Amino acid sequence: MAQIKLSNLRHSYQPNPQSDADYALKKIDLTWEDGGAYALLGPSGCGKSTLLNIISGLLVPSEGKILFNDQDVTALPPAKRNIAQVFQFPVIYDTMTVYDNLAFPLRNRGRDEDIVKRRVTSIAEMLEVTDMLSTRAANLSPDNKQKISMGRGLVREDVNVVMFDEPLTVIDPHLKWKLRSKLKELHQRVKATMIYVTHDQTEALTFADQVVVMQDGEVVQIGTPVELFERPAHTFVGHFIGSPGMNVLPCDVRDGAAFFGGEQIRLEGPVGGVGNGAAEIGIRPEFVSVSTNGSGIAAQVRKVADIGRHKVVEAIAHDNRVHAILEGEAPSAGDAVTLEFKQSQTRLYKDGWLASTPGEGAQ
Amino acid sequence: MKTQNQRAWWFVTPVLLLVAFNALIPMMTVVNYSVQETFGDNLFFWQGLDWFEQVLKSERFHNALGRQLFFTFMILIIEVPLGIAIALAMPKKGPWVPFCLVTMALPMLIPWNVVGAMWNIFTLPDIGLLGYFMNHTLGISYDMTQDPVAAWVTIIIMDVWHWTSLVVLLAYAGLVSIPNAYYQAAEIDGASNWAIFRFIQLPKMKTVLTIAVLLRFMDSFNIYTEPFVLTGGGPGNSTTLLSIDLVKIALGQFDLGPAAAMSLIYFAITLFASWLFYTLMTLNDNKS
Repeated sequence: MAQIKLSNLRHSYQPNPQSDADYALKKIDLTWEDGGAYALLGPSGCGKSTLLNIISGLLVPSEGKILFNDQDVTALPPAKRNIAQVFQFPVIYDTMTVYDNLAFPLRNRGRDEDIVKRRVTSIAEMLEVTDMLSTRAANLSPDNKQKISMGRGLVREDVNVVMFDEPLTVIDPHLKWKLRSKLKELHQRVKATMIYVTHDQTEALTFADQVVVMQDGEVVQIGTPVELFERPAHTFVGHFIGSPGMNVLPCDVRDGAAFFGGEQIRLEGPVGGVGNGAAEIGIRPEFVSVSTNGSGIAAQVRKVADIGRHKVVEAIAHDNRVHAILEGEAPSAGDAVTLEFKQSQTRLYKDGWLASTPGEGAQ
Repeated sequence: MKTQNQRAWWFVTPVLLLVAFNALIPMMTVVNYSVQETFGDNLFFWQGLDWFEQVLKSERFHNALGRQLFFTFMILIIEVPLGIAIALAMPKKGPWVPFCLVTMALPMLIPWNVVGAMWNIFTLPDIGLLGYFMNHTLGISYDMTQDPVAAWVTIIIMDVWHWTSLVVLLAYAGLVSIPNAYYQAAEIDGASNWAIFRFIQLPKMKTVLTIAVLLRFMDSFNIYTEPFVLTGGGPGNSTTLLSIDLVKIALGQFDLGPAAAMSLIYFAITLFASWLFYTLMTLNDNKS
């Protein structure tokens, strides 16, 4: 087990990268603490799989270093790094039995059969596949195959980090949550550092203690699921996490106050260092209230979607679309309504990045 | 009640006719000849299973069958491993892929009799490139019109040259269909190159290799044109394979009865061996 440190990491798939755009990863500095459960979240093509392959050693970064417990492993091949990786599609050795599959990484490293047997038995028990040990792996269902892939990662006693590259892609929806909670349970039992790559926010938020959000080869924010939800550091995080994502509305900043369509919007707190000019207001749909006879920003309801537990109202205010999530009664399409933003959750973003700080005495 | 519509049978008729005229009827003619004796003028005498008995007991047939089995065994044991090895060595991506594929496919595009003629000229001791080189430059006596060993070596090399590509292309298709994650996982699991071959590449190639071996078995077991053009079955009878012997009996000696019986036995052997082989190769798939 180890603490993993990425320092000044850059990677380009081109031999002679010229500009920032040529880099799949743009300067990453990141520390994964020993024993943590991390999720690496981002849209397809943001560089998360590249980052994962660099940590596992399948790719050598163009620039920068990878340190395992302060030891430089940048030049080491995957087999020497003592890591495990679970891929999107279950990788199993078809001709072997489940037992031999699980034993494979240990036998390749020349462990005694006694140790192999003990480890395989205990891992099989953890994964609840003991009754399948003597069946041929080729005949398993996809979710069991993926379990075996995970098992091969966990079977080594001294693994530094276990990485999951969108491991639930091919699993049936009703088995997804089962495997997900299994993973969480495994993490608590084996206490290895785990990194879980996904573009699915639910998977990331349920699995991880810390979520790393990436966009365009950059880390945008690192935080607990609650932090990411409540105080997105970038409008991208606001958009990407939540369903629907955060409302991002254009505004004018004049002397530290924000104006949306000419109306002043009260922010969570002071905006430090933001000069006059265009900026954006960020507010989660959960914190927008809609009323038909109150005060607030005038808007017209465009549509209402009933998604079970709550209703998503889409309204147009000052030519901008604003989502609101309501419990219970909701207006119907075409109604004239007023919107109110909860002040403590209303934030200001300048050039995409969070610019307001919480505090009293807001304007 | 379900509607019974017998008219649907008409849809089967075209296929039935096609199969009848290209396989069943000609085959029945052979069956007809195999149980009768004829002296021409459409006069036939019932012969029973005499011709079959005669063929099965004849030393000539045993020898030809032995040569045939030896030939097929040799080319399979050379072409399959060689084909796999070449496929493994071929690049999986990059500008050289089309070059390799076309180069590999070229021998297969050449007609059988041309291949036979090419190798015949190639190996002539006085003017052929290989023949001259062996005899006059290296000083090794090499003349397949005189020496049965030389004739056999040439026939086998010719077939390897002509048909290894088929195994290569099939094995290559199997190899490139293996997702990269398998290699990455094996690398992380610390697998050796041999283990990667044994547990990933070979199992993934199994289906295409089954097809390759079946095709090569059937083609080589029924081979006629190439050895006929190259050696004509000689020197003596040393390279007279089953098909060459069959043509000699049927068209050379005009013994239609024994030839027909031999055809059916020949066909039965090919069919049985293919079935046996396929069953054995796929036996493991159904085991759990």
